[in-house]
Amino acid sequence: MTTQAAPAIVPNFGDDATTGRKLAIICSKGTLDMAYPGLILANAALGEGVETHLFFTFWGFDMITKSRMGDLKFTMLGNTATHMPQGIGGLPGMTAMATHQMKKQIAEVGVPEVPEFLEQIVASGGHLWACRMSADMMHLSKDDLYEGVEDIINAADFIEKTDGAQLLFI
Amino acid sequence: MPVTTIAGRDVHVDDEGFLTVYDEWDPDLARQLAAQIGLDLTDEHFKALTFLRADYVTQGETATLRRVSALGGIPTKELFSLFPKKPAKKMAYIAGLPKPHGCV
Repeated sequence: MTTQAAPAIVPNFGDDATTGRKLAIICSKGTLDMAYPGLILANAALGEGVETHLFFTFWGFDMITKSRMGDLKFTMLGNTATHMPQGIGGLPGMTAMATHQMKKQIAEVGVPEVPEFLEQIVASGGHLWACRMSADMMHLSKDDLYEGVEDIINAADFIEKTDGAQLLFI
Repeated sequence: MPVTTIAGRDVHVDDEGFLTVYDEWDPDLARQLAAQIGLDLTDEHFKALTFLRADYVTQGETATLRRVSALGGIPTKELFSLFPKKPAKKMAYIAGLPKPHGCV
C-alpha cells in the first residue's frame, strides 16, 4: 500500500471499535406477525457484529415452545391494518386462511419460518433466553423448549446479562 | 465515482470502497481486498465468493447471508468464522459486489 499515490478506499467494517455494541430484545407476543420483528432485527444486528440477546416472555413463549413454534397464527381480528370489516375476521376458518396467506408471503421473500429462523440466529451467535415466570405459569420445562434456548432465567438475570445493551420490547 | 488503486490496478469503487464494475474483479484482486481488511483467503473463502458472484449474475443483487447458507450450502456458523463480525458485507466487498440490500 506504500507504493500507492493515493490511499486505497477501504470500507470501515468497525473492526477497530473498542466498545462492543449490545442489543436486548424482549419478545412478548405469540402471533405470527409479531414474532418476526424481533427475529429480523436480531438477525440484522448479529450480521452487523452486535452481541444480541432475546428474552421470550408471556405469549412470546410460543415462539420457543417446541409444540407451538411452527404453528403461530395470524388473525385479522383486532387488526384494522388489514382494512377488512372486522366481522369477516371472526368467521370460521378465517384465521387459518389469513395465517396461510401470511406464511406464503413471508416465504416468497425468502424469509424462513420461525423454527428455522431461530436456528439461524443461534448459528449467528445469538443468545436465546426463556422467562422463568412464564415457564412456571405454563408448567413448561427446558425439555419443552427449542434446544437453542440457553436457559430459563428470571427478569433480574436478563437485566444483568444485558448490562449496557440497547433494549427493544416487542 | 472514485477510482482507487489496488494491487497496481485502477478499479472503480463507490464512496465506501465497494467495487462498482463487476468485471474488474479477479481472484488476485480478491486476495488484495481481503488483505486490506485483515483477512487471508482460503479455498473455503473462495467457495463463498464464487457462489456470491455467480448468484449476482442471475439475481442482479448481492445474496444475503441466508441465501449463501441456504442455497450456497455454506453453514451460517462457518460464514461468521470465515468473515468475522460482518460476514455479509465483508463477503460482498471481497467479491467485488455491492452491499446486500435484503433484510434476511
